Amino acid sequence: MTLPTRTECIGKIVRIAGSMISASGMHGVAMGEVLRVGKAGLLGEVIRIDGDTVDAQVFEDTQGMFLGEPVVPTGTPLSVELGPGLLGGTFDGIQRPLSSLQKQSGDFISRGLTAPALDRSSRWLFTPTAQNGQEVTGGDILGTVPEKHFVHRILVPPKVKGVVREIAPKGEYGVDDVIAVLDGGVELRMLQVWPIKEPRPILKKLPVDRPFLTGQRVLDCLFPIALGGTAIVPGGFGTGKTVVEQTLAKYCNADIIVYIGCGERGNEMADVLDEFPHLKDPKTGGPLMDRTILVVNTSNMPVAARDASVYTGVAIAEYYRDQGYDVALMADSTSRWAEALREIASRLEEMPGEEGYPTYLAARIAAFYERSGRVECLETVREGEPPRCGSLTIVGAVSPAGGDYSEPVTQTSLRVAGALWALDATLAYRRHYPAVNWNRSYTLYLKELEEWFSTHAPAGWTERRRALVELLQRDAELQEVVQLVGPDALQDAQRLVLETARLVREVFLQQNAFSDADAYSSLPKTSGLLEAVLAFYQAAREALEKGMVLSDILRLPLREDIARLRDVSREKFEEARAEVMKRLEHQFSNLVTQRSE
Amino acid sequence: MTNPSIQSSDLLEREYWDVQYISGPLVFLRTGSRFPTGAILELQTADGVVRHGQVLEVSQHHAVVQVLEGTQGLDVKTTTVSLQKEAARLGVSRGILGRRFNGVGAPIDGMPAPVPDAEVDIMGAAINPVSRDKPSDFIETGISAIDGMNTLVRGQKLPIFAGAGLPANEVAALIVQQAGTKNDTEEFVVVFGAMGLTEREAAFFLKSFDSGGRGNRVVAFINKANDPAIERLFAPRCALTAAEYLAFELGYHVLVILTDMTNYCDALRQISSAREEIPGRRGYPGYMYTDLSTIYERAGRIRGKKGSVTQVPILTMPDDDMTHPIPDLTGYITEGQIVLSRGLHRQGVFPPVDILPCLSRLMNNGIGEGRTRADHRQLANQLYASYAHGRDIRRLMSIVGEEALGELDRKYLAFARAFEQQMIHQGESRRTIEETLDLGWRLLSLIPKEELTRINKDLIDRYYCEIMEDGVRSPFLKEQSL
Ligand SMILES: Nc1ncnc2c1ncn2[C@@H]1O[C@H](COP(=O)(O)OP(=O)(O)OP(=O)(O)O)[C@@H](O)[C@H]1O
Ligand SMILES: [Mg+2]
Repeated sequence: MTLPTRTECIGKIVRIAGSMISASGMHGVAMGEVLRVGKAGLLGEVIRIDGDTVDAQVFEDTQGMFLGEPVVPTGTPLSVELGPGLLGGTFDGIQRPLSSLQKQSGDFISRGLTAPALDRSSRWLFTPTAQNGQEVTGGDILGTVPEKHFVHRILVPPKVKGVVREIAPKGEYGVDDVIAVLDGGVELRMLQVWPIKEPRPILKKLPVDRPFLTGQRVLDCLFPIALGGTAIVPGGFGTGKTVVEQTLAKYCNADIIVYIGCGERGNEMADVLDEFPHLKDPKTGGPLMDRTILVVNTSNMPVAARDASVYTGVAIAEYYRDQGYDVALMADSTSRWAEALREIASRLEEMPGEEGYPTYLAARIAAFYERSGRVECLETVREGEPPRCGSLTIVGAVSPAGGDYSEPVTQTSLRVAGALWALDATLAYRRHYPAVNWNRSYTLYLKELEEWFSTHAPAGWTERRRALVELLQRDAELQEVVQLVGPDALQDAQRLVLETARLVREVFLQQNAFSDADAYSSLPKTSGLLEAVLAFYQAAREALEKGMVLSDILRLPLREDIARLRDVSREKFEEARAEVMKRLEHQFSNLVTQRSE
Repeated sequence: MTNPSIQSSDLLEREYWDVQYISGPLVFLRTGSRFPTGAILELQTADGVVRHGQVLEVSQHHAVVQVLEGTQGLDVKTTTVSLQKEAARLGVSRGILGRRFNGVGAPIDGMPAPVPDAEVDIMGAAINPVSRDKPSDFIETGISAIDGMNTLVRGQKLPIFAGAGLPANEVAALIVQQAGTKNDTEEFVVVFGAMGLTEREAAFFLKSFDSGGRGNRVVAFINKANDPAIERLFAPRCALTAAEYLAFELGYHVLVILTDMTNYCDALRQISSAREEIPGRRGYPGYMYTDLSTIYERAGRIRGKKGSVTQVPILTMPDDDMTHPIPDLTGYITEGQIVLSRGLHRQGVFPPVDILPCLSRLMNNGIGEGRTRADHRQLANQLYASYAHGRDIRRLMSIVGEEALGELDRKYLAFARAFEQQMIHQGESRRTIEETLDLGWRLLSLIPKEELTRINKDLIDRYYCEIMEDGVRSPFLKEQSL
């Protein structure tokens, strides 16, 4: 971040408590304004004003600071730099590139470092699309730049309007170079700066209509969300939140991914950095890292920067959405952000709400998820031209204390999220992954997506889904009976339900994120697997009606065959499935003939 | 890592009569303007009592100082305050190997302090995530429940969750004794950080480290039960500062044992309540997650550096409750956990590891072809699934009786029992990873082959064996006969 300084008013530190400082003599400073704190010039943000004394959260460690050290306001709110060069980048919570920090301070991050988010020396091939004399307003496209495998659209910043007096000719420019001048001398560059806490404006929100496909059977089939929708993933430690977030980052059908590691592990970020450059983006064919932007504030990095990291991430995501892309934002974990708010609030000695969280927690969480949506992007509306649309999907992990969902962060998130993907420790204990509890999870997007699935998904999708939901429902009821009287008390038809549900769990609902063949399940594969399981169920039911006994049916090697379909690669899947279906028919008819003989 | 330091050396000599208020482990000074936050102060009374404290918070009205050795004997009248160091630092050098220190890094083995090569701030600094290297070297601990089911790798942080009276120390000692004995023992050192340990426990650990002649490759920072509680906040940080130095400056593979983190957290709670902060769950401060992460995250590997820091913290779950904030927050930070079970302990199983709630998140990086064996991942998954199913059936049986179970259910029961008695239970013996995996296959032969849906067909063909008339045939025999 490049920050001017407003030297006319320099304050003094009068209190230091953890990541919070107070400074006096700060007349005229605004809420949210960025400060340079102490001799080391650490970045801070004003969070409370009382006369000319302000309280600020500091984004770096305050150890070693003295009272009386200077505090300098910068006159700007906490902002991000937007422009070509973000894709593939890894930034800390206040958008400093981690690789620049590494160059400056080595393997350990030291304090008081500054580094611009966007490299000033990179050159980008700018192709103008706006004309001299054209009237432009915020969001209009001035030109394009190839960035990795994407067309980066250079937009007129929101709130700017005017007539283009001069647009730069096609050529290579740095982000700092002027590429357009409007009348009145307003200079526009590829780089624009945006305050992170302010949602970037749009023309309007649109109803969602396409699914956010994840390649995860349990999610795509049972609990799909829409592009532009929101989901939360709560679960105790080790239940698989991070694996879900990372798997979605790898396989979801969004164009661009912003991944926020907020208050979590350093090794997990290293994992992404290690893996993503070697994985292929199915859409562009380029490395997956090229469509990904990481915002990283690990748990041991300064706590105030967690708050910033969430907003930094969402502002970057909105910027690509505004260019007309489907963007997905993964936030792991929103609970750590909430805890950071709690920590700051308690240092401010604010009146605590539930479990010590500040009373504005719900409002902050709601405002965050509200930045999602499918939108008509900001631009000049022109008769007859199709609008530019983009979307921002948000999937937030929640880490409830003790795995108990009744805590405030889970509850407030639930009120605003469109889907709940509830992770369950008992499933995780038995290595049932993804440990999505199918009885507890839900989605509110089914209606909106119905049409898309009935026209785009493999034939029979909706019916199969319904059959699956019914089967799982029956299973849940019967499990209760079994817990009372034991499995032997059930009739064969009922036990068949249990056995089929077990097959569903093992073959369909479980999906190993680390298996090459099964980590991603396309809609045809998801549909095909379900079809095989349901075909078994159907055939077995008919056989029972014809007087066969269940134990004979279960002895058929079919369940094993179906289970192994999971690990068949995408190319060979259809063939293998047809084979299994044939065998299934054959074996059941054999069974019936043997029986009648 | 160093802070902008204080220039004036005269600051060090100046003394102030500044103490205004003393409460519990805290001393409040009249003004906060003299010392920086984090500074280490010396407090001295007229009758010669000397204490050390760290500045936690400063404002115009006061400075809050936590006193390491306790505030007993300090007064507001005669106590002088002076600056000792501008931050808590530990002197490090190769000479710390084989030495014993107290929780704040002063020698307790009767020898003079080693000559330091560097003075390092014990708070440490965050490893830049882009500098981190992926931990992927398998550590063979010789314990099946760990090696086979929840593999430990170099650079991982894998805590042991125990209940009061469960043999966590014995398990940790076993890990220390057996880990790394396979290869490159030379580079393998142990850093031991003890918080609130009883004399007996401390003696147990030190003795077990010494056995096998490893004594000179152990560094210990020991805060005993009767030592000042506040020093517990420093002991793990001293230990990790030493560990980082040994690993990233000198290239050692360092195994850090921290015990008992529950005592650490209790000391944290004590300070928090003395500061009259709003308590979080069960009275522990709201920032405990963040605080613990500044300990646990100090593990890992760094690109281009030879050494590694592996952490095995031990904690006691109050009431055996895993949802208690201490194990809960720990589990949210560490890369898995090894959970001990009272039930298995009662049955005489050692190590009494309840594998279901256990997890090693980095296991996948460290196992498989070329590391352990090709069948490892799938075999472990299958063992997990089958054992979990067996446990379900055992629970069901306790409700509905054994008669209500079918034939297959009984097989699962038998499998679960055998798994506990043979796989988990191994006493003090050491198993190689091959032995562990072979045993897994043998146990799986107790259930029908069709049930093994977690394992590929070719692996089953290669490793599975039927129960023979004369007992169980080892898959090894099968391979040898080929
Ligand atoms: N889909 C999956 N396939 C295979 N293994 C999985 C899957 N999901 C989770 N796991 C296993 O579970 C472990 C824990 O998952 P993860 O790290 O995502 O948990 P988490 O919920 O993020 O925990 P925490 O809250 O502590 O961060 C992983 O390391 C992995 O071994
Ligand atoms: Mg996680």
